[in-house]
Amino acid sequence: MEDKQSYWQENLRLIFICLAIWFVVSFGFGLLLVEPLNEIRLGGYKLGFWFAQQGSIYTFVGLIFWYGKKMNDLDKKYNVEDA
Amino acid sequence: MDELRLYTWIAVGGTFSLYFFIAWWARAGSTSEFYAAGGGITPLQNGMAIGADWMSAASFISMAGLIAFLGYGGSVFLMGWTGGYVLLALCLAPYMRKHGKFTVPEFIGDRFYSKTARIVAVVCLIIASLTYIIGQMKGVGVAFSRFLEVEYDMGLYIGMAVVFVYATLGGMKGITYTQIAQYCVLITAYTIPAVFISLHLTGNPIPQLGLGSTLADGSGVYLLDKLDTVVSELGFKEYTTSTLGDVEMFAYTLSLMIGTAGLPHVIMRFFTVPSVKAARQSAGYALVFIALLYTVAPAVGAMARFNLMNTIEPVAGQNLEYAERPQWFKEWEKTGLLAFEDKNGDGKVQYNADPTTNEMVKVDRDIMVLANPAIANLPNWVIALVAAGGLAAALSTAAGLLLAISSAISHDLMKGVLIPDMSEKSELLASRIVMTLSVCVAGYLGLNPPGFAAGTVALAFGLAASSIFPALMMGIFSKTMSSKAAISGMCAGLGVTMLYVFQHKGIMFIPGTAFLGDMEPNWFMGISPNAFGSVGAFVNFAVAFIVLKLTGPAPSHIQDLVTNFRTPHGEIAAAHDH
Repeated sequence: MEDKQSYWQENLRLIFICLAIWFVVSFGFGLLLVEPLNEIRLGGYKLGFWFAQQGSIYTFVGLIFWYGKKMNDLDKKYNVEDA
Repeated sequence: MDELRLYTWIAVGGTFSLYFFIAWWARAGSTSEFYAAGGGITPLQNGMAIGADWMSAASFISMAGLIAFLGYGGSVFLMGWTGGYVLLALCLAPYMRKHGKFTVPEFIGDRFYSKTARIVAVVCLIIASLTYIIGQMKGVGVAFSRFLEVEYDMGLYIGMAVVFVYATLGGMKGITYTQIAQYCVLITAYTIPAVFISLHLTGNPIPQLGLGSTLADGSGVYLLDKLDTVVSELGFKEYTTSTLGDVEMFAYTLSLMIGTAGLPHVIMRFFTVPSVKAARQSAGYALVFIALLYTVAPAVGAMARFNLMNTIEPVAGQNLEYAERPQWFKEWEKTGLLAFEDKNGDGKVQYNADPTTNEMVKVDRDIMVLANPAIANLPNWVIALVAAGGLAAALSTAAGLLLAISSAISHDLMKGVLIPDMSEKSELLASRIVMTLSVCVAGYLGLNPPGFAAGTVALAFGLAASSIFPALMMGIFSKTMSSKAAISGMCAGLGVTMLYVFQHKGIMFIPGTAFLGDMEPNWFMGISPNAFGSVGAFVNFAVAFIVLKLTGPAPSHIQDLVTNFRTPHGEIAAAHDH
C-alpha cells in the first residue's frame, strides 16, 4: 500500500513537470510571450510564430515519449508492470 | 479535364477496393472484437488508426485554408488540436485502459457508481459525435461532386455504402485496419503537393523548413517576410502577427485542447491495445502521425496564400487580366466558391482588404487545399490523389464516430441500463443494427444539413471540454470525488456552455432567438462562443468540488477502485477477457 502511494506521488511529479513544459511552450512562448520572442529570428521564422505553429507541436511529441519512458522505468522500480 | 477524371476514378476506386478487401479480411466475431478489436492492436498500428480517426475532413480540407487567412491567429487550431494529446497520454488514457472496459460512458458509470452519470455521458457523447458526422458526410459529398462530377447526393450515397460495409462487418477491428490504410492514403495525398510547392517556391523539399527559407527567385528575401509585405500593402493584417486577441486565443486554444482530450471516439481507441504501457506509447505514435500533417499545414496555408496573391498581382500594380485568368480560376468560379466582380471596369483583378474596391468578392477558405495543386501547376495525378485523400479523411473519421455512437447505444443504454441480461450474441447483433441506423441518420443529416450545422461544431468541442473532460480528470485524480458532485459538475459545466452558445447564437441555433447579439462587445471578457468550453470546464470543476465539500466523499470501495486503476499491475479484467 505504501509502495502504491509513493509510486503515485512520483507519477504525479512527472506529470507536473511535463505539463509545466507543455504550458510554457504553447501558452507561454506561443501566446503570452510571442511579441518579445518575435524579435528573435530562426531563419525566416520569427521565434514566437515558430513556437506557435511548429515548435510547440514537436515539444508535445517529445514530452509524450519522455513520459512513457520514465513511467516504464517507474513501473519496473515498483514492480507494478502489466503483461 | 478527361485525363483528370480518369485518374481520379482510378485513385478513388483503387482506395475503396482496398478498404473493402480489408473489411472482409478483418471481420469481427465477438463483442470484444466489435468494440475493442479484441485488445490486440499494437501501439504503432493504434497510433496510425488514431491519426486517421482524428484527422477529419476539417483537418484535411479546411485547416490550412483557415491558417492561410488567419495567419498567426490560426495557431489556435495547430496547438489546440495537438496539445490535447499530451493531456490524453499523461492524464487519461493509461488509467482508462487499466480499468479495461469498452466505452467512455461505462468508465464514468463505474467510477461514479451511478447509472445517471452513465446516461449523462451517453447524451454528451451522442450530441458531440453526431455534430461531427454531419461535417464528414458533407465533405464526402463535396469531394465527389467537385472531382468526379457526380451529384452531391449520389456521392453521399456511395460514401454511406462504403462506411456501412466495413463498419457493420468489422466493428472496431475492421475500422482499425481500414483506418491504418486510410492514414497512409491521406498523409501521402497531403504531403506530395506540399513538397512540390515548397520545392517550387523556396528550393527546399521539406515544407516545414521551406516555410522558414528564402524565396527561390534569387531575391534572397524570406518567404514569410515577403508575404507580410505583400498582404500588408494591400491592407490585410500582417501574416505572422495577426492575432485574434489575447484572451480569446488563450481560451480558444485551451478549449480545443481539453475538448480533444474529452472526445469519446478518440479515447475509445485506447481500449484496443493490450496493456497500459502500450496505451502510453500509442498516444506518442498517434501524435507523431498527426504532427506529420499538422506541421505541414502552416506551410501549405502560407504558400497557398502567397501563390494566390502572386497569381492575382505578380508585380505590384500589374494586376491579372480577367480574360487571361488560369483554368483553376474558371473551375472554382463554376462552384460559386470563388467570385469576381469588376467594380472599376478595367478588366483587371484587384484583390485587397477594402470592401469598396476589392473585386475578389468571394474566396472560400475551404478551396485552398483542394485548389492548391492546380494553382501551383502540379500534374493531374496529384490532384486525383488529393481527392482520394480528402475522402479517406472524411470516411475514417465518420466510421470512428459511428462506432462511438453505436457502442454507446447498444453497450451503455441497452446492455448497461435497459436489458442487463442480454447475451453476447444478441448484443453483437444489436450493435450491428444500431450501426446501420446510425449510418442512415448520418446520411439523412448529410443530405439535409440543419441550418445550424456550422454553429454546432463549437458546441461539440464545448460539450466535450465542459462535461466529459473534467469528469474523467476528477474521477482519476480525486479519490474521494462522489457521484453527486460529479453529476452536478457535469450538468453545471454543460449548462453554462450551452447557455453561452445559445445566448449569442440563438436557442437551438434558431435565428432571432439570440437574446444577446453575436457581437464582440457582448462577449464575456472578449471570449467567443467557440472558445467558451474552457470556461465551462472551470465551472464544472468548481461546482463539483463545492458539492463534494457539502455532501461528503465517495464510499471506500470506489476509493479502492481508483487506487487499483492508478497502477498498471493488478486484477481488473483486461478488455479482451471481458
